[in-house]
Order: sequence, then C-alpha cells, then structure tokens
Amino acid sequence: MKAGDLLELASRNLREAVLRNTLTTLGIAVGVASLVAMLSLGVGLQAFASRRLERTGLFDSIYVRPRQPAARPGPGGGFGRRQQDGDADAPVTSPDIRPLDEAARKEIEGLPGVIEVYSEVHFTAEAGLGDSGQLTTVAGLPASSSSNDAFDDMQGHFFSSADADEVILRSEMAQSLADAAHIQLTELIGKTLTLRFPQRQARPAETPGATPPKQATTATTTAPSAPGAAAALAVNDMGLGFSIVPTEKPFTIVGVVVTGDPGVGPGGLGGSGAYIPLKVAEQLAPVQGSDLREVMDESSASGSAGSGGVRYANLTLRTDGPGAVAPVEAAIKTMGFSTFSLLDVTRNLRLLFAILDTLLGIFGSLALAVASLGIINTLVMAILERRREIGVLKALGASNRDVRRLFFIEAGAMGLAGGLVGVGMGWAIGRAIQFGTRLYLDRQGVPAENIWSVPWWLALGAIAFAVVVSLAAGIVPASRAARLDPVQALRYE
Amino acid sequence: MNKNGAAFDVVEVSRHYRMGDAVVRAVDRLSLRIEHGEYVALLGASGSGKSTLLNLLAGLDRPTSGAIIANGRDISGMSAEELARHRNQTIGIVFQAFHLLPKMTLEENVELPLRLAETPRAERPARVREALDRVLLSARRAHHPSELSGGEQQRAAIARALVNRPSILLADEPTGNLDSRTGEEILQLIEGLHHPDGKPSSGETGNGGAARGMTVVLVTHEQALAERFADRIVTISDGRIEREERR
Repeated sequence: MKAGDLLELASRNLREAVLRNTLTTLGIAVGVASLVAMLSLGVGLQAFASRRLERTGLFDSIYVRPRQPAARPGPGGGFGRRQQDGDADAPVTSPDIRPLDEAARKEIEGLPGVIEVYSEVHFTAEAGLGDSGQLTTVAGLPASSSSNDAFDDMQGHFFSSADADEVILRSEMAQSLADAAHIQLTELIGKTLTLRFPQRQARPAETPGATPPKQATTATTTAPSAPGAAAALAVNDMGLGFSIVPTEKPFTIVGVVVTGDPGVGPGGLGGSGAYIPLKVAEQLAPVQGSDLREVMDESSASGSAGSGGVRYANLTLRTDGPGAVAPVEAAIKTMGFSTFSLLDVTRNLRLLFAILDTLLGIFGSLALAVASLGIINTLVMAILERRREIGVLKALGASNRDVRRLFFIEAGAMGLAGGLVGVGMGWAIGRAIQFGTRLYLDRQGVPAENIWSVPWWLALGAIAFAVVVSLAAGIVPASRAARLDPVQALRYE
Repeated sequence: MNKNGAAFDVVEVSRHYRMGDAVVRAVDRLSLRIEHGEYVALLGASGSGKSTLLNLLAGLDRPTSGAIIANGRDISGMSAEELARHRNQTIGIVFQAFHLLPKMTLEENVELPLRLAETPRAERPARVREALDRVLLSARRAHHPSELSGGEQQRAAIARALVNRPSILLADEPTGNLDSRTGEEILQLIEGLHHPDGKPSSGETGNGGAARGMTVVLVTHEQALAERFADRIVTISDGRIEREERR
C-alpha cells in the first residue's frame, strides 16, 4: 500500500477511537513535557552559570609569562649592576628564553580569537583624601572589565574613558576613607583622591660631562619632595637602569564597588583597594613587584637596558570566548611562553553540567517510558478491537508489511502529536518555573536571572524522541497485528 | 493468467489441525482440478472441510501437505507477500458475514482492494463506480453498511471482490445470512458474472455453450442452490471428495 493510503487509513483509525487515542497522546505529551521541563532547567542553569562565569572574565583569559630557566643563576658579583661587555663576573644568561617584550605582545595580539592584551599593573600607593590617607594596592583595569558583574550594582559608574584620571574604590577601602574623613560613603563620589606612589623613571646613558637628568614631570604628576629625591638618589646609587621617584597624582572617585572583586583573575589583581584605568596606570609607570625581579635578575635587567624596550613580567589576554582559549594557549606556547588559564576548570564544569543534564534527562524520560506503556496498551487494545478488520484487510490483499506499517504509523502519529503538545506543555511549565523563580528572587532583593531555556535542538530532539519511543512501543503490537492469522481473525466476533 | 492451464489444480492437499492430542484432518489428501470459467459448488455438511478448502484456494491458509496450483503457480510455496498479491489480484472473496468495514461508506469499502493494489488515485473513482454499477448499488455508495439490508451488504461485498477485476471469485456461503429470495438474487448476480453473455439453461455443461466469464467456486450446504447454478458439484465429507457431479 502506498504511504498516502496508509496515512489516510491510520488517520481514520485514530479518529475512530478518539477518546482513547487522545488520552494516550496526552500521556506521551506529559512524558515529553516533563523531559523538556527538566532539560530546559538543566540547559538554562548551565547557560546561566556560563554567562556569569564568562562575565567574570576568568574563563576567557590567559595569563602569559616568559618561561623560567631550568636553573636560575645566582646573584654573583653582578647583582644590581648593568651588564657590560667583557665583564668576567656576568651571570649565565639564558639566550633560549624569549623575552616577553613589545614585539611578543604585538604577535600575541595578532592571534585569531584574541581581543585584548594588557600588562598587569599592580602597585602599592598611599591614598590620600584630604588630610587622611592610608596605604593600599592599586590595580589597572582594562576597558573590557566594564562587563564584569562586580560593577552591576556599584555605586557611581565605570571609568568614563580609558585615559580618564578616575578611580573606583572597593567598599572596604571606601568605607575606611569615609570614616577617616567623617563623611558618608556615598559622599565619596566626585571627591579627589590623591595617590602617592614610587615611580620608575628611565635614566639616560651615563655620558662623561653630561648634566644630571631632570626628573620627569607631567602636568598632573609631581615629584617634589626632598626626602623622595633623596630616596631616588639612594636607589640610583645602586647603578640600575632606572630611577625610582616618589610621585603623586590626583584622581576623581567615580565609583564604589559594593560586592565582588573586579580584579580577580589569573593575573592575580584581586584584593586591590582601588582601581584606575589600565592605560593611565601604564603611563604612571609605578614601581611594581616585577621591578624587584628585574633588580634581582641581572640577565633581565641587562636585556631590558640593552634593547632599550619594555619587558613585561607577564601579560593577560582575553579571547572572544572560552572556546578560543585552548587554541590561543597552544599558539602562545609554541611562541615560547608559559601560559595559565582556567580552561581545566571549565572542562570540569562542562562535565558537571553534562552529568546533570543526563540525570535530568533520565528522570524526564521515566515519564515518557511510562507513557510508552500507554501506547503499547492502546495498540494492543486496537488489535483486539480491530481483529476482524485486520482479517478483512489481509483477505483483500494486505501484506504483513502493510498491516505492520499501518500500526507503526498510528503509533508514530500519536508520538508526533504527543511530542508537539508535550514541547508546548514543557515550555509552559518552564515559563511558570521561571516566573516563580523571578518572583522569589525579586522578593529576596536579588536581581532576577534567567534560569530556563528551551533551545530549538531541545524542542526538536524531544519531538523526535517521542516519535522514536512511540515507534519502539509499537514494534510488538504491530508485529502481532502483522502475524495475525486471517482465517482466525475473520472467525472472530 | 494462464488460460491454457486450470484455474486451480489441487494435488493431494491436506490441512491438519492439532487440537490437544488429537489431529483434526480438515482436508485430507484431496485432489481437485477447476478449469478456467468453471462454476464449481463445494457442497457438504458443516465441518466437512469445504470452507477450509476454500481458504486454501484463497491463500488465506497454507496446506499441511500437497500442492495448490493457481493459474499455473504453486501458491502453497509462495511467500506471505506473494500470497497477499494473489489474494488481491487473482481472486475475489465473498464471505457469509459480508465483512464490510462498518465505519467506511460503500464507496470506501469497495476502494480498499484498489488501495492495496496501489492503483493510481485518478483511476479509482471510475473503477469503484463500475463495480457498484454491476451490483446495482451506485445510488448507495455514500451509505454505511449499517444503513443497508443484508442483501445489499452482500452485493457491496461482491462489488469489493470484483473491483480489482480478478479472474476467480470465491464465495463462502454467500447466502448463509440471507433469506431465500435475497439469497437467490445474490446467486443470480454471481451467475451473471460467470456468464456475462447470458445464463445457459439448466443442464448445460459448464465447459461448452455460452461465453465464459469468471471462474466461480461456491461453498454452500444448500444442494438445491448448488444444483441450480453450478456447472459441477463437488461433495465433500470428512475432508475428502465424496462425490463429483458434472451438470
């Protein structure tokens, strides 16, 4: 029999026992609905967690640093001195280790999937508000940090531009400053905070007869204090390629971060009390921990001075998504640098959600399994009721295959209808859960989040699953109908 | 169709059933040849094996042993699919209980064999109309079986048996559920199919005379009707041929 005729007959048969077939179809629909509701929650929670984690910037960031030599040379007689040709006391250098310099930064920036490369600027400063002041750590934040969820409920706003002289304070620091100045926390916004910090200034090459270099000043940075100058001289006496000069710079307080830490990341900026735009922080050239390494590591110092370029102790880069982390990391490793990312953590997280989805899917499928028993029952009943009809069809020339296909189509049609209705019901249940969750979160004063999602593949997959389960449930009844002896069937009353 | 051979050549066919420890020999080493265009009545008491033989000829049942050659092909060795094709295209069957599908109209009932034969949809209405015209039921084509009398239902069943234009008509007690007058009308109708150009007078042999139509095998327990319409009467008893009488 042709497919069109089979479909017509199947549809007629389904209509003839409309109540029973509707109830069976509803059973399938409930099964599919539970499956869709469960999985939509699993998928939604996974998307929610991924979204939140991605916003922290942890999972699309890579921390890059130069490779460490197998055995570091001791400080020896060259400690604190610039390397000179023919110096017998020069330490063993590592020519195979590629320096993380501006050329390397440019190369990394050019890798596909990389959207931003920045150096870590993290320094100690004295933050002064009026007459009061306190020591804190200051970190430079790239512009991309504005998407960090720590800024979602901040007081004030993010930096107005990448080179604005603005500062954002963490709540503890802000509270401490406000208490010292006897003002409310909210009154801090718009006030001027002066950061005093040691600045690194390049020394010109020593030329006999040359005049001593002037201290670098800009319109906004000053280094006037006599004790500071004395300190600079003291360090300069060590023969380094740079001077350390006490400097101060005023910043406008534009925000206070109430919750979270925008600086947490593989670069280890977490725990800072104040944040300024990264570009501004780089221009300030504050003395950082990496400068101490330079002092300690003569080879680094010699390279830096020799080339006259910038060398980074480390770089942090952000990719256009967690998926790009692995290939970018591999590419950077082949360039000769060490990398670190939280990719392994995301792998474990995905594994966790895969297990969660599987478990939810299994629980959801249980209802569908029960519904499949309903299909078997309905079709077996149909065979009993339509025994004579099957006999007539066979007497008129229906083959076993025709009869089997007829019952299969009926089972598949119930599965398809149940799947379609079930997806709709599952969607509605998910919406209801979502609505209830939002209501609850609102009452708790927590921002509402979307924890439910029915992607197209879930809807189509659930419908296909319902059809497959229904067809599987129809195998035994359809085979029984096909094997029916027409002589016996025609005798049946 | 092999017009030179027999419509059916039944050779030493047995159909035994096992009922507990006992073996029921419904048909027992029976041989019978039915020529094309012949009208054969299988006569016998209830349980004699005549309906079992008809089921074997129809391919609804398989013999325990022996061979049944239909139109030159041994149907006892056919696959289930081939047997289905044999039932659909070579023969038409009429049952005592009509066996029309109650939820379908006459038209839809008659169309069923065409669906099974995968006849193009465009051809079907004309074929259905032709079959219903032959049994004078065109006016009732939209009615359901429950709206028809017994005689009309049996005529509709005959139309359904004819719609695929088979060469053989098998009728199993077609008058069993009908009153005598209606039963006679049905047998007249079948006779018309057997002798489309006019019925030969009683006593004329089925092998000569008028133009041959369909081969008809009629199962009945009413001797008078058999004698009146059939070319040959085969009396069956205990699964064997007890007597053959050519008329």
